[in-house]
Amino acid sequence: MSAAERTVRPVSIASFAQSQNVRKDDERNEVEGLMPVIAEVFGNIGITKDDVGFICSGSTDYLIGGPFSFVMALDAVGVWPPKRESHVEMDGAWALYEAWVLLQEGEIDAALVYSFGRSSLGDLNEILTLQMDPYYEAPLWPDIVSLSALQARALIDAGKATEADFAAIASRSRRDALSNPKAQVAKDVSPEVLLQDEYVVAPLRRHALPPITDGAAAIVLAAGDKAREWSDRPVWITGFDHRMETHSLGARDLTSSPSTAKAAEMAGVASGKVDVAEIHAPFAHQEIIVAEALGLDDSVVINPSGGPLAANPLMSAGLIRIGEAAERIRSGKADRAVAHATSGPCLQQNLVCVLEGE
Amino acid sequence: MADETTAGPVTTLATPIRLDFDFTPGVAQSRFLRGLEQGKFMGQRCPSCGKVYVPSRGSCPTDGVPTTEDVLLSNVGTVTTYCVVNVPFAGQSIEIPYICAQVLLDGANVSFMGLIQEIPADQIRMGMRVEAVWVDESELTPSLASVRYFRPNGETDADYETYKEYL
Ligand SMILES: [Zn+2]
Repeated sequence: MSAAERTVRPVSIASFAQSQNVRKDDERNEVEGLMPVIAEVFGNIGITKDDVGFICSGSTDYLIGGPFSFVMALDAVGVWPPKRESHVEMDGAWALYEAWVLLQEGEIDAALVYSFGRSSLGDLNEILTLQMDPYYEAPLWPDIVSLSALQARALIDAGKATEADFAAIASRSRRDALSNPKAQVAKDVSPEVLLQDEYVVAPLRRHALPPITDGAAAIVLAAGDKAREWSDRPVWITGFDHRMETHSLGARDLTSSPSTAKAAEMAGVASGKVDVAEIHAPFAHQEIIVAEALGLDDSVVINPSGGPLAANPLMSAGLIRIGEAAERIRSGKADRAVAHATSGPCLQQNLVCVLEGE
Repeated sequence: MADETTAGPVTTLATPIRLDFDFTPGVAQSRFLRGLEQGKFMGQRCPSCGKVYVPSRGSCPTDGVPTTEDVLLSNVGTVTTYCVVNVPFAGQSIEIPYICAQVLLDGANVSFMGLIQEIPADQIRMGMRVEAVWVDESELTPSLASVRYFRPNGETDADYETYKEYL
């Protein structure tokens, strides 16, 4: 049964905010980084924490190296009187999914979702190794760049892409990021120039890798009357699904993304024209795999925000895709958009959210 | 050669992991830590509810707004509750029994944990007035290690009414 066939309570992205994305924020702690984002996401629509019935966050203690950082982060919201709250050790896009599911029940009409990612505090390559199988893979310390390079190599060998394609994606992303004041890496640079970069891990050159980013983001979801009360042009979630694949890289075809394709099918991506897609593909070649799995044609504008190659705050970059896609609709630049988020090595888990304006 | 299948299940597999992290105390906690380096307790006040937090992490956990006003707190406070540690554990650096107490500094609205010394463990009590004993000036660092411990300062015990909401 696809989303279109299910009875879905209309829920809107009522407000979106994100911090400036930077290489390293060594001035502020997590709470201090989040507070302005929370204030902005409420302030955009003139509400307070008392107007939301649920708070859900996405983050991971592995980035900060301290336990229960999500509990301390709640100080940025102020949970008094005591609030209904939840947390996922995932990108904030999955926290948004949890809040959306709760809103489906109809008991509450609004929720706050936020995420924070401090990618700069440790060695990101080492930290991300710990998402691998702890017995057979993690002890070998296979870093995420090398694993992604394996995937890129498989894609090239399968005849599905070239290094020039990766450079073209990086070039477009950086150029688009020039119009995104929150982006970290923005530059008008041609694919030809980018192809002169050194390899980090062949076949991936520097430009095909995401930047290391500190950042935070927040979204307010609203259903029912509140969605209209808080927005002149509500942006509705019309399809939402996420799927995962085995953690065993050897058991997967790394050149395709069946979990993205299945999530896209369940979310009903193909049931209308897609104007814009915000794709959370941290490595350039992954955009090719995801775009194919989503069934996007050449008319779709991909990552007008610059995407994760322009700013990749871990745990927030997926939520930001949904926020950016919603903003394109709210501003009238698009009527129907697809947002995608990923987690795990080489696109292991994927989430697809379809958004539509009125 | 032994048949591996008769050796039984493998029950242990060592996979050593070590990660190093930078710590970012942030703006507010840096003020607190810099205060300790100068031998003083710096708190911050919430502009909404007026409560003074020490240390402040930069926000009022009740209101979710930035705590912007710095407040220099007293060196003296009240024991709101305590426990006497009698159990030895690995890495213990203090002779048992010793007293671990929540101390509400004068002017603060949250208590924080402190070691109480210069008093027999069986004489500690709620409401006792205590003062911080700092390390020598040359040894002050931006860390709670700058506070050696708290000790009774000889004042009359605080009235229960003055600290009952901080238990
Ligand atoms: Zn307050």
